[in-house]
Amino acid sequence: MLLKPKTMFDGKVLTVYLSGDIDHHSARRIREYTDALIGELKPVRLLLNYSAVSFMDSSGIGLIMGRYRMMKLYGGSVSVVSIPPALRKMMELSGLGCLDVLEGGNEENESA
Amino acid sequence: MKVLNEMSVNFESRSVNEAFARTAAAAFAAQLDPTVAELNEIRTAVSEAVTNCVVHAYRDTIGIISMNIRIAEGNILIVKIRDRGCGIEDIPRAMEPLFTTSPEDERAGLGFAVMQSFTDKLTVRSKPGKGTTVTLEKRLSPRLSDV
Repeated sequence: MLLKPKTMFDGKVLTVYLSGDIDHHSARRIREYTDALIGELKPVRLLLNYSAVSFMDSSGIGLIMGRYRMMKLYGGSVSVVSIPPALRKMMELSGLGCLDVLEGGNEENESA
Repeated sequence: MKVLNEMSVNFESRSVNEAFARTAAAAFAAQLDPTVAELNEIRTAVSEAVTNCVVHAYRDTIGIISMNIRIAEGNILIVKIRDRGCGIEDIPRAMEPLFTTSPEDERAGLGFAVMQSFTDKLTVRSKPGKGTTVTLEKRLSPRLSDV
């Protein structure tokens, strides 16, 4: 991911639209950008939208776990939404399901 | 096992080369006419192995990573990824899911678990101070083009 991810904030919920390949190389930039926004906006909920992510290795899992810890620190929550079918195997393997952060399929309210 | 085709490539352990390595592996594997899912599994497993070299083997330094890929009879892809980095002291421990020596870098500790579940066979050979060789083996589904 070369460009900054697109984001949306409604006063409570911060949505980050991730795109392209998420690996160890790109995760650092996404992490820095997202954390700066969280610190600045103090959202109660962070939505990580994965609909435009074409590839992800376990760095994408670390990215979610790190934001989960950070949002917990602020008393907030994290949800991962619009997970493409190709990434499902990785998400399931990660055990993130136990943290209750993964949301099913393509929700209509997320497609906008 | 009869080898039908082979390629090798060396590259520096810069994180930008993680994408190069998995793309090169996928491009070479394409001649086996893999499914989209298989191709994605190959890219993911290679990305994990190369990231380990970048993050762990050559931590804070730049070294050379060698990737050798062979195609063997029976639609088998064998990917060997070798570094001359720090090596692994305790391989079984390194392979435990969620074990990582780099939590500060937000490593999930899933690299080997992903390589294992996205391929058919994973072999890790390592000598502390000498380096590590990871071999991934994957049998791809036979396609119509096979005679």
